[in-house]
Amino acid sequence: MTEPSNPSARKAQLAKRYRAERRFRAYGIAAISTAGLILFFLMGSILLSSLPAFTQHYVTLDIDITERHVDTQDLANSDWRALARNALRAQFPEVSGRKEKRALGKLLSIGSSDDVRDYVTANPSSLGTSIRLPLTLSDDIDLLLKGVIDRDLPENERVVSNQDLAWLDRLLDEDRISRQFATRIFTNGDSREPELAGLRGALVGSLWTLLVTLLASFPLGVMAAIYLEEIAPKNRLTQIIEVNINNLAAVPSIVFGLLGLAVFINFFGMPRSAPLVGGLVLALMTLPRIIIPTRAAFAAIPPSIREAAMGVGASRLQVIMHHVLPLAMPGILTGTIIGLAQAAGETAPLLMIGMMAFIVDLPTDVTAKATVLPAQIYMWANNPERAFMARTSAGIVVLLSLLLMVNATAIYFRKRFEKRW
Amino acid sequence: MSASSLFLCLIGLGLFSFIFGRRRIHTIAKGASQKQHSRDVYHASFLVICATFVPIVLLIIWTGVSPLVIDALLESFLKTRVSSPSVGEMNVMMAKTKAYYAGSINAAFIDDTIAQATVYYQSLVERSLQARSLAVLLLAIAGVAMGLRKIALRFTARHSVERVAQLIMLIASAIAVLTTVGIVLSLIFETIRFFATVSVSEFLFGLHWSPQIAIREDQAGGSGSFGAIPLFAGTLMITFIAMIVAVPIGLMSAIYLSEYASPRLRGIAKPGIEMLAGIPTVVYGFFAALVVAPFLRDGGADIGLTLSSESALAAGLVMGIMIIPFISSLSDDVINAVPQTLRDGAAALGATHSETIQQVVLPAALPGIVSAVLLAISRAIGETMIVVMAAGVAANLTANPFESVTTVTVQIVMLLVGDQEFDSAKTLAAFALGLVLFFITLALNILALYVVNKYREQYD
Repeated sequence: MTEPSNPSARKAQLAKRYRAERRFRAYGIAAISTAGLILFFLMGSILLSSLPAFTQHYVTLDIDITERHVDTQDLANSDWRALARNALRAQFPEVSGRKEKRALGKLLSIGSSDDVRDYVTANPSSLGTSIRLPLTLSDDIDLLLKGVIDRDLPENERVVSNQDLAWLDRLLDEDRISRQFATRIFTNGDSREPELAGLRGALVGSLWTLLVTLLASFPLGVMAAIYLEEIAPKNRLTQIIEVNINNLAAVPSIVFGLLGLAVFINFFGMPRSAPLVGGLVLALMTLPRIIIPTRAAFAAIPPSIREAAMGVGASRLQVIMHHVLPLAMPGILTGTIIGLAQAAGETAPLLMIGMMAFIVDLPTDVTAKATVLPAQIYMWANNPERAFMARTSAGIVVLLSLLLMVNATAIYFRKRFEKRW
Repeated sequence: MSASSLFLCLIGLGLFSFIFGRRRIHTIAKGASQKQHSRDVYHASFLVICATFVPIVLLIIWTGVSPLVIDALLESFLKTRVSSPSVGEMNVMMAKTKAYYAGSINAAFIDDTIAQATVYYQSLVERSLQARSLAVLLLAIAGVAMGLRKIALRFTARHSVERVAQLIMLIASAIAVLTTVGIVLSLIFETIRFFATVSVSEFLFGLHWSPQIAIREDQAGGSGSFGAIPLFAGTLMITFIAMIVAVPIGLMSAIYLSEYASPRLRGIAKPGIEMLAGIPTVVYGFFAALVVAPFLRDGGADIGLTLSSESALAAGLVMGIMIIPFISSLSDDVINAVPQTLRDGAAALGATHSETIQQVVLPAALPGIVSAVLLAISRAIGETMIVVMAAGVAANLTANPFESVTTVTVQIVMLLVGDQEFDSAKTLAAFALGLVLFFITLALNILALYVVNKYREQYD
């Protein structure tokens, strides 16, 4: 930078340079605040749109558990739906005509029959009596009550008709509508009805899948890391393996899905949509993510430990098993947990092997058809019903909180057991 | 016996032989005048290895290979019954046989040949299972017997056990290599089959992509066209938009955090940005499709722009957000690796802090930053969920970011999701696209490595 000889020009140039300095700092602050704002906005918008899914509106009705609709021998197949509908119709005796009656019945969710059934199954003494029970309302009515659907819109722009609104207002006046925590989102499997759809099937599927991933990738990853870091001679072969592992960590996840489809499903004939295949695909993906931090954990153990063990006559494998491995365990576990958390959020390779099936029942083992949490979120996001948007966001909130907990565990492990040599 | 119960059997046998081996060496060592070579646990482990290692290997190989052998036998059986069937007919017959055997179709759908074939198939499967159980268990028992004879006071059990342990570890690290080989081979095989129906030049340079294959021969628009240029162009556009977002924000925040920020701000902002990296991509996809895209579309409508609701812009912006932590943490590392002496030298010559950064630190860190950007591009090209949820399906060849474009990964998902027969050009096209994706990302990763190694300044 050439200095101007004129003092005032020199001063001006200095001021210019300081302005540039401030500008540069401002860019940095702007970049960080943009990133922060984005994070805030992303979390905020998802949290906000998930809120409606965590509560559900119910209408409290008087139900006659009459013999006519209830088969005492076969409670599961009794006509609970008719009971629920009749109870609602009893509130509006003036409604006549098939069309109106049907419209009135649509205020209730299909799940309202489960409400009655579950109550009667739990309290068999209620048979033949009249009970007071909150029944699930349908998703559109629920959204209207939550204000997600604007009741001031013209009738043809909202899903709820004026007639429905009038009925609803009467029920509101009679103080029959209540809002409760929506337990179904945790206790139910998937459903076509948003108010009945739950995450339990996906959570169980994720659990099975991650179990397979853990069982396959943890031992393999740790053994591979031990071999590469502690045993292998430094030659061309190990170098190739090393480069390979680093590259594998950067292969797009969808390619692992193609591998799973071609090798596990088409070549070995393993079942589609099964946690076994999904878990194995994720295990191959997680393998480099476990090997790399595990090797780092081994490398961080000072050689003096190994030398001391060898000095008292331990063999190479004894040094590793009795001293290096236990000392490196916190680092290995942290790496494994973080790798598994990544696998838990992975969707694309699982779509390839069909783990986005519509599953109502819980998967009972690793070969049953199953779906996982992120795939469930993807499927719900594709559903057109408005109430599914809240359900999807709620699924994301559950997924993110689980991942946060898992990662917090990893950080705790590291903080608690990490040793500095 | 099923594979899992057989496996459980072997585990039980393993436990038993551990206890048994331990007892055995105890009895031998009791009252012996010589010192035993290996500790008890090695003798016990040796017996466990004898009992389980070979049978487990056999179990895995048998389970992997026997379906192939049975299929071949079934095929030759069917060939004796049906005169010169075509490949398609043969596949249908095999599938029917297996479906009938599994009970997933009922007797109304099959003819006599299939019924006979099913009986044959059943006998093959049962015989294979019986033979497998027998072979595995016999081998295990023979192993125990052989191992027991070897156990002795001066037997070097530790050496044997350690040798096997090292072998297992070597196999474990070879699996990483096998995975790569598996990826390359499976992609290449399917791609070669794809290029039997579609020429390489049409795939790589064709301008029209519509992979619909007619179900019936005479249907309109019978053969699909597989020109992948629109997909490459769409992928490039979304990646480009993502980089425009991610590189400035990621780089500037890395610079600010490593050069200006107080430790306290760094302690908050760094984990905050890294949190962006921990968010699953399906969440970004949801954010792009249901928050950003409608927002852009409505905002565009207000100022008179027509944005598609699946615009490349929305997908690109959100992908950029996803990449920010990637660029910022990698750049942070390389900026921190620049020695403090260089900064001190620049400051001593009278440079302001920003001049030091721009003219000394950044040039020194440049190879690392370039490689970070290359890795980020590779990430963006391979990213799937954001584009599947927010970008389009139709292959438009356009340079307008407000329109909808599709990408390589979107098409792979679209071609493979849902049930379709595995051998159609449509499904094989997905593998060809996967191969292209694999090689492009591989090339970018290698290039990134090369840039760092070639241009890195060696300090100290």
